Formats: sequence, structure tokens, C-alpha cells
Amino acid sequence: MSLEGLRCKECGTSYPLEALYVCDRCFGPLEVTYDFSAIDADSQKRKIQAGSNGIWRYADFLPFSSRPASALEPGLTPLVRADRLAERLGVAEVWVKNDAANPTHSFKDRVVAVALAKALELGFDTIACASTGNLANAVAAHAAAAGVESYVFVPADLEEQKLLATAVYGTNLVGVEGTYDDVNRLCTELAQERGWAFVNVNLRPYYAEGSKTLAYEIAEQLGWQLPDRLVCPIASGSLFTKIGCGFSEWIELGLIEGELPAFHGAQAAGCGPVATAYAAGHDVCRPVRPDTIAKSLAIGTPADGPYALDLARGTSGSIESVTDDEIRAGIRLLAETTGIFTETAGGVTTATVAKLAEAGELSSDDRIVVVITGEGLKTLDAVRDGFEMHEILPTLTSFAEVVDDRSSVAF
Amino acid sequence: MAITVKIPAQLRPATGGEGEIEIESAGTVGDALDAVFAQHDGLRERITEDGDLRRFVNVYVSGEDIRFHDGLETTVSDGAEVTILPAVAGGR
Repeated sequence: MSLEGLRCKECGTSYPLEALYVCDRCFGPLEVTYDFSAIDADSQKRKIQAGSNGIWRYADFLPFSSRPASALEPGLTPLVRADRLAERLGVAEVWVKNDAANPTHSFKDRVVAVALAKALELGFDTIACASTGNLANAVAAHAAAAGVESYVFVPADLEEQKLLATAVYGTNLVGVEGTYDDVNRLCTELAQERGWAFVNVNLRPYYAEGSKTLAYEIAEQLGWQLPDRLVCPIASGSLFTKIGCGFSEWIELGLIEGELPAFHGAQAAGCGPVATAYAAGHDVCRPVRPDTIAKSLAIGTPADGPYALDLARGTSGSIESVTDDEIRAGIRLLAETTGIFTETAGGVTTATVAKLAEAGELSSDDRIVVVITGEGLKTLDAVRDGFEMHEILPTLTSFAEVVDDRSSVAF
Repeated sequence: MAITVKIPAQLRPATGGEGEIEIESAGTVGDALDAVFAQHDGLRERITEDGDLRRFVNVYVSGEDIRFHDGLETTVSDGAEVTILPAVAGGR
């Protein structure tokens, strides 16, 4: 078995595989370490292809010593070739990794499935999270499917769709007066007092590993190849850096060949601490108070910000920020060119690709992967009033008068 | 009135298991931390490095992140609560 232990990313201190997330010595974040020396690239590829139709096909690269199971397996979401979007951007190939196709319609199903399987293995009977919505949906759903008690803490002013899509699973939903960062601080304190598995606090090292499966899937779906560029949203920076980690592991083991793609991070201007640090040449992020329609990216104190900066700089990528208007335009651009309706975070990502194209940062022969992390139906407010409806009487005449007259202009 | 400094679980071995430390009034967060270090010297190197907070340590005064104010120079009023926490975040 390849699983080794936990190790501090800052000072390298080793820890056992328990519900630990922070180094006792320096407070640095802990991460899972593996020994992959027994893996043979060709036989591993065959094993993956013969595996399940979800993330557990990559179980050998996840923090389990025996094969995990879940009642609601996420993953193997479509990687869609988006020629009409590529044409609009003026590049050769654009692929959209549509992670809205997961059980609760966001990439959070990946990290929660891994964290829940680990929590059960470690003997927890209650799981919990601090969330801005997508994680709340996933924790509530996966806990329900597994028959496990759950507590979900969210900012009380969250979009109604996300509250309803959490409560429906029968979780203990707690609305906290304050921002996500306030909720997160409360949960960090609660994790010390209660014997619960907070997926993104005390189980964070395992939880974060789930994001690597996005990299594995992209590589496998491209025919065991790497893209030239990858555009991905940044909230805490965990998803962004773990995708880099997943590609690096497979390059090192020979499952894929080549260099890491250029990593472009996408943030909202109303909460862009990592983009600001990138532009200023800083190594650490100054916290901000979020003010953006992209609530799922509204983390003002990004824990993995320093590592996200390293990855963007080390791969000749960048970290951009886009305004709320650009986010709305990004949602429409993706919808109108690919038929995929994404939430505000996906608007941030698509707007960032468009911005890079306009700035001449993309090459005409680039193969670009755009990581779409969530579903448009969860943030309907963002597109409200953004379209026109033809209102007619139920008669042919009325249709001809109202619709034909207007649409004829378009043809 | 005294000030309460809340110590995270990870640091309690260095305080003999104490989760809260009472100190006399302090001018700034830096003063408050110095008063804590005077009682439990082992905490100093765990929280600070060359006189600054380590980059994965967050400090809050009555729930407010001190990086929104003046960092270690942030004023601590009497009766306030100073909370030290690991800078872990990341869910959505």
C-alpha cells in the first residue's frame, strides 16, 4: 500500500494518519504523503480503466489503505470539447470540464466523498462543514446517503437555492450571522470542542486530496495527455493547487508525459486576495472583506493562497480577477457557446479565459481546459433580468406580429 | 479588567492544558502576547518567528482578524477576548 502519513507542508514534521490538520510546531497545513514507488505506469492505467465509473477508479492515489466505497460516488464528469467557445476566443482547442455534472452539482462532491469515507474509517459518527453553499449541499447529501448525522454551518445571507438544496437532505442547517470567514473561524473553534469530523477543518488534509481526481480525469479523458493551459477558480486555493499536485504525481510516475500546464487562477475582483498578491509580486495574501456576486469564491483569507501563487508563477500562468459585470457576461458566454449553464464561480472562470484571450495571453495553437465547478441553477439571481421574453396571445397572428417581427432582425 | 487569551488545542501542551489565559490589561496585541509568553515561554517560538506572527497563525480581537487593523499593533481594550487560531480555511 502506498499511503505513508501526514506531513507539514511548511516544516516537514511527520504525523500519523489521524484527524489532524495543522502542525503543532509551526501551524503549517498538513498534507498526505504516499510512496508510489511500486506503481508501474502501464498496469496502473489498465487498472484505472477497469475501475469504477467515478473517483474510486483513482483510489490508489487517494488516502485509503483499503478500497473506499460511497453510496453516492462522484466523478467522471464530462470533458466537453467546446469548439464554438474556442472560435470566440481565437484558440485551437478549448475543453470544458463540467463538474456541475456531479451528484450535488459541484466539484465539492469529490472532496466530501473522500472526507466522509475517511471520517468513517477513523470512527467518526458525525460530519460537519463551514460552507458558502456547494460544500453544504455535498455534505448534507453524502451524509444522508451514508446514514450519518451532519451539521452544516453557512453564512445566514446565502442564496436561497443553496439553503434549500442543503436542508432538503435532512441535515442540521445552521445559519451564522457573518461572512464565510466568520463561519470558518467558528467551525475551527467548534472542531476543537466537539468530536465531529469537520470535512474542511480537521479532515482537511484528506478532503483536499479529493480535488486531485479532477486532474486525473482531465488527463485520462484527453487520452493520457496534458493540456497547455488550465483555467480554474480560486477561493481558498486548495482546488487549484491540488490539480497541480495530481498532474505532477502522474508526470513523475510516467502515466502522462510533459510539463505542467500553465495554471491560470480566476478570482472575483470583489474578493481577489490572491490575484492582488499576484499582481503586487507578494508571496502571501492580505485578507479582504468579500463583496462579490461570486459567493462560492468569497473567501477573504485563502489558506492555500501562498501555494497558489507559487503554482501560477512556477508554470508561467497568472492569477486574474474579473468584475461582477464580467462574471455575468462569462456565464452567458459559456451558456451561449457550449450549452452549459454555470454558477457565478464558472462565470468568473469563463470571464477570466475571455480576458486572457483579449489580452493576447493565449496562443492560437493552445489546448486549454476550463474547469467549471458548479451549476447555474444554484445562483439564478446572477442572471435575473439579463434576458427578454416574447409575450404573446395564443394565436398565430400574435406570434407572427410579436416574435417574427423581432427575430427576423436576427436572421 | 482582565483580558482573556484563547489558546487553540494544538498549543495547549505548551500551556499545561490551559485553553484560556487571563492577563492584566494590555495596550496592543503584541503586549498581550508578550504577557502570555511571560507565563508560558514555550508558546513564543510556536506562534512567532523573528518577532512576527508565523504565516499560518491568525489572531483575532473580539472576533476581528487583526490583519484588518494594525496587526500586532492593534489596540486591545479591557475585557476583550484575544483568540489565536490556525489559519486553515477552505470550503465553499
